[in-house]
Amino acid sequence: MARSPQPVTGTGGKVAAGCVVALVVLAFAGITLRAEPGRGIGPAEWSAIRFTLVQAVWSAGLSVLLAVPLARALARRRFAGQGILVTLLGAPFILPVIVAVLGLLAIFGRNGWVNEVLGFFGLPGISIYGLHGVVLAHVFFNLPLATRLLLQGWQSIPAERFRLAAQLNLPPAMIFRTLELPLLKRILPGAAALIFVICLTSFAVALTLGGGPRSTTIELAIYQAFRFNFDLSLAAFLSVIQLVIAGSAALIALWIIPEIPQGAGMDRRLTRWDARAGWQRMTDATIITLGAGFLLLPLLAVVLSGLTGLSEVPLSVWRAAWTSLWVAGLSILVMLAIALPMAGWIALRARGGAEAIGLIGLSASPLMLGVGWFILLNPVLDPVRVSLPVTAVVNALMALPFALRIIVPAVRGALESHGRLCIALGIRGFAAWRWLILPRSMAATGFAAGLTGALSVGDLGVIALFADPDRTTLPLQMYRLMGAYRVEAAAGAALILLVMALAVFWVCDRGGRWHAAA
Amino acid sequence: MRRTLLATTLLCAAPAWADTPVLTVYAGDYFTSEWGPGPMIEEGFEATCGCDLQWSTGDLLPRLLLEGERTKADVVIGLTSDVTARARETRLFTTHGQDNSELTLPIDWTDDTFLPFNYGHTAFIYNETTMEAPPASFEALLAMPDDVKIVIQDPRTSISGLALVLWVQAVYGDKADEAWAALAPKILTVTKDWSASYGMFTDGEVDMVLSYTTSPAYHMFAEEDFTKKAAIFPEGHYFMVETVGKIAGTEQPELADAFMEYVLSGDFQSMIPTANWSLPAALPKEQWPEGWAELSLPDKVLFYSEAEAAEIQDQAIETWRAALSQ
Repeated sequence: MARSPQPVTGTGGKVAAGCVVALVVLAFAGITLRAEPGRGIGPAEWSAIRFTLVQAVWSAGLSVLLAVPLARALARRRFAGQGILVTLLGAPFILPVIVAVLGLLAIFGRNGWVNEVLGFFGLPGISIYGLHGVVLAHVFFNLPLATRLLLQGWQSIPAERFRLAAQLNLPPAMIFRTLELPLLKRILPGAAALIFVICLTSFAVALTLGGGPRSTTIELAIYQAFRFNFDLSLAAFLSVIQLVIAGSAALIALWIIPEIPQGAGMDRRLTRWDARAGWQRMTDATIITLGAGFLLLPLLAVVLSGLTGLSEVPLSVWRAAWTSLWVAGLSILVMLAIALPMAGWIALRARGGAEAIGLIGLSASPLMLGVGWFILLNPVLDPVRVSLPVTAVVNALMALPFALRIIVPAVRGALESHGRLCIALGIRGFAAWRWLILPRSMAATGFAAGLTGALSVGDLGVIALFADPDRTTLPLQMYRLMGAYRVEAAAGAALILLVMALAVFWVCDRGGRWHAAA
Repeated sequence: MRRTLLATTLLCAAPAWADTPVLTVYAGDYFTSEWGPGPMIEEGFEATCGCDLQWSTGDLLPRLLLEGERTKADVVIGLTSDVTARARETRLFTTHGQDNSELTLPIDWTDDTFLPFNYGHTAFIYNETTMEAPPASFEALLAMPDDVKIVIQDPRTSISGLALVLWVQAVYGDKADEAWAALAPKILTVTKDWSASYGMFTDGEVDMVLSYTTSPAYHMFAEEDFTKKAAIFPEGHYFMVETVGKIAGTEQPELADAFMEYVLSGDFQSMIPTANWSLPAALPKEQWPEGWAELSLPDKVLFYSEAEAAEIQDQAIETWRAALSQ
């Protein structure tokens, strides 16, 4: 600790981080235990690595770049229904891949709405298949996350700063340079790294919208090594490559984040005196409309096709929905137990490098975690019996990097603004968590819990490896319906999934939305 | 540990069940949902065996390979002949003890370990109201204009995708790479699994989808929709067999045998068409459910034995990958 003394220590965080590392290392140990020398890495794997990097760089870059104007417009405006819009905009992020892809195809596909409109005006159609399609889908998934991360940052600028800027009559460009640019420098690298890692581990989207085998990602190669060749050593090796790429990206991003002390404010409602001109309103309105259109139209397509199938949804889907709900609850609890202490520890450090630990769960590939734990658990107990708790823990690990990215700045802000006061008052340890950190990071924690719960509801993940037939999750049940030709009923189940994930998100996030709410 | 778990289960169950033997059957995930064949099979078998049939679902082959000798399975149902070579290598399976001559497959089946229970042929499905000139042969498929779009599945992640590359291999042999090159422009995209492909087809995104000759049957008999058709090619169709196998180390050998026998029974076989939407492996055509005999099925079937399939599949997948990566 190079800076002033703080009321909390990092011990709990180090323990939590140790648990995360242990869970991942154990999975690898399990796999190595069973791995035999495989065929090694060939040209197909190299081209997969290349493609993975190219698409992930594009996807992450575009997602954060497009998020800047959208988040700025949302931060500057107040309008009726804004809170609902912000929640809805988060929905693509938690959709199961197959649902999201069908939604995107309904809009941008060969017979999609866009091509219908273009055809009506006699214009040539567009094709969604290829690298640009992969990037488009990844932006659809991740723009909401980037937007929310930025929006949260914007809301962390004390309202007093904008008031002062308005009193000094600073032009918008100057306000951008002095208040907003430092903020972007602080948030963008971390957000970009996070999205880069998500895109790194994607494969069904990349394959379907990439148009075929030229769009093979490392994750698909892992899946193939495991499912078809049962080459555990190749699968483990590819996972390590994925981990190294993700880890390097995260470390680079986290180390270049500048250290900027955050000023304390009085938590006044934000008013933007600097953005009241008509042209600014027009620009913001246009950006919000475009962003909402891009993110909401595919959702609308999912809702429309789901409504017709809703009546055909069998009772078992509702049972599965209930199961998913408590798996989500469990994921949230596990995530909080890991993320809060870790956030406290990371916030104490001047640089955020330790946050990279949170990423290893996400980049290690859920398939590898599931298989590794399966090998270790199998001699002691039937893995099928613990499939749901295992799913919950994997989901919590997947959500951990998002949670850290969200919670750490809030905890850091609390410590920087009120840490010394706490010390002076003799409030330390648990009391400091209780009276300072938790209340001041409530909004962020709610947002993180909401994301975790929603992600967990939508995740198919490891449950497909070994499922108890009587206790299935909603995404699995939806896939089963699709596999049994019940396309309409599956669309109905997808709609339930969407609504449920949104509801979980909304309930948890409500505490955090008060800044953005009208 | 297995005993402890079993004991716990039994303690929780009604005392009357205390001496009911349990037969654990591993099945593919789709199998045991209420719209799969699982529940009917369970009910039918339990009515005769005085036992409790318990399904355990998941990813069959990887799971068996992971569990090895410690597997809890007594019987495994759903491995296709394209992957049974790998399953056989585990030495977990023993002979099925049934009479192969009762089978009504379009090919001769001599394997005494894996017993077929249903089959289907890989085929391209189209909608006759939107596709005016469906291809009548594989050659015609390759010669279609490039704006006719099809969707297929990735052979590296899906069993139907694997069947397709074997199909092309069986039809074109050394010229498979040329066939793929001719087909490539018509392939709109490749999906991870069958479900995603079929969803794209029913949503009208593509003109044809790689599926099975029995797919139209679902639409006909479950939805009264007669517009979906399988394109039948004189070159022949690749043939997929799903099998059931008995685990050698089972603690319930008699029950497992009884189950193998049940698989060939008329009771079981007559459930297959409308519960699994595929063709029964041991039921003469005359006994198929009403209307099923009129399905368009190929005259010629193509098939690789599991050994051949295992031997050529890496090369066949690589040919596919290379041609579609251009």
